[in-house]
Amino acid sequence: MAITAFAPGGGAVEQAPRKRPWTALILLAPGIAYMLLFFLAPFIQLIITSLQAPAASGGIGEYVAAFQLSNYADAIVEYWPHILRSFAYALIATVVGLLISYPLAYLIGVKLRALPMLQGLALILVVAPFFISFLLRTLAWKQILPSEWIGTHFSVVFGLIYNFIPFMTLPIFSSLQQLDMRLVEAGADLYASPTTTFFKVTLPLSMPGVVSGTLLSFIPMSGDYVNASREFLGGTDTAMVGNVIEANFLQTQNYPIAATLSIVLMAIILVIVATYVRRSGTEDLL
Amino acid sequence: MRNFSLGKAFVPVVATIVLIYLLLPIFYVIVFSFNDAGRNNITWRGFTLDNWQNPCGAPNVCQAFGNSILVGVVATIVATVLGSLIAIALVRYRFKFRSTISLLLFTPMATPEVVLGAGLAAQFLLAGVEKGIGTIILAHTMFCISYVVVAVKARVASLDPSIEEAGRDLYASPGQVFWRITLPMLMPGIVGAALLSFALSFDDFIITNFNAGTANTFPKFIYTSALRGVPAQANVLASIVFLGAIVLVVIVQMVNINKRKRLARQ
Repeated sequence: MAITAFAPGGGAVEQAPRKRPWTALILLAPGIAYMLLFFLAPFIQLIITSLQAPAASGGIGEYVAAFQLSNYADAIVEYWPHILRSFAYALIATVVGLLISYPLAYLIGVKLRALPMLQGLALILVVAPFFISFLLRTLAWKQILPSEWIGTHFSVVFGLIYNFIPFMTLPIFSSLQQLDMRLVEAGADLYASPTTTFFKVTLPLSMPGVVSGTLLSFIPMSGDYVNASREFLGGTDTAMVGNVIEANFLQTQNYPIAATLSIVLMAIILVIVATYVRRSGTEDLL
Repeated sequence: MRNFSLGKAFVPVVATIVLIYLLLPIFYVIVFSFNDAGRNNITWRGFTLDNWQNPCGAPNVCQAFGNSILVGVVATIVATVLGSLIAIALVRYRFKFRSTISLLLFTPMATPEVVLGAGLAAQFLLAGVEKGIGTIILAHTMFCISYVVVAVKARVASLDPSIEEAGRDLYASPGQVFWRITLPMLMPGIVGAALLSFALSFDDFIITNFNAGTANTFPKFIYTSALRGVPAQANVLASIVFLGAIVLVVIVQMVNINKRKRLARQ
């Protein structure tokens, strides 16, 4: 799953990389060319689009190349509540998601370590949601939850937490699985209470998993628009920045505003992630 | 003492509640595949097997499902080949711009899907490419490559290079070393990466929505019919995929656990 992306690597054999630039180039060229063409170029295109001005013809969806920095000011002035709401939702959902996923990861990674069958079963249950359409699952909550809860801040955050539990649980599990229990026993031997041992030993040692899990949740959450859309768990005042980007791009065809908001979203995420990673002291993860 | 037992119960209790939270909607989706719903699969109207006997009974649902499989298969094949080659190069060779290339590969995973989707759509718009199945495949291949690189890289890094050395010492050509030693040893990682790619592509909605034009995929079908009520046939198809995947995963787990047991005994 996506989890391997940020999971702490174990058991790597130290290899001396060889210098054979031509072989490396042949291996890299097709994939890298693909990424330049379909990741980097679109990103640059997004910046160009974000600076476009309406065409003189005034037709819907018609824009010309320009350097209209005022698009950024306009987009932020008009949509700052959506931007703020996106990050507030994502922050709350990440924190709650962490608090409820940690015990689950702990159960599987530590308590069930001696029972491989049961541990395997628990892991299957955690990844099970990946095998069934997330849209249908999210829609299911619309019917399961009392109808008067739907369309509120609560239902949207509830849906966000729900959708990212596996992304939070698996990296934390992967960290806890490698936890040397002798260190925890040493804490108890030195008369530390279980609580103290947890906060001084277990939690710090599982930090790589916590950082990975929170990033794997927070980033996609802040750009999500399914949970907050009105057909799903959202209502009239729950639109996130993703909903605004979608509406501007696909419905009103206001491409510059959609592009501007995408760049703003990305920039805020970069700042938050960089600060967070530096603060938590896990730079080497990235 | 009271405090201690409370602490002991805390983890299993919270974990169980979270598992129920996680699994309840899956249960709901499967149960409602048996709903005698007609066009409105929102309230329970009684048990029927009709939907299972006729999973293509709702308009467009099987066409969308077929498109999703097509997109998933093509994107997975291309991404797995390109991504695996990159992974081998990243671990085995030293070259200039290594960290820049890593950044290029990992940034898509740290970018919200709306941004990826809008960027590609903006590019297709500028290039005058008409959106459809082709553009969906191009988009999916892009984000799948990143995940393949990460998954296969871990496998390459855990490979003992001395086995390939041995092959070379025995006068195997570089081609023979690759096809008969390196590739077979990387296979578990490559297969895992391919399955991950397919799962990501098959369930992707956000990037697809920006780049689909009028083409339909299974997630897009669900999203667009959400307003009027998703037909029960969509639940049937999703349940079939789910049950198939779970059976596959259970078999793989059993094989792994047995292998580990056998190794432990030796």
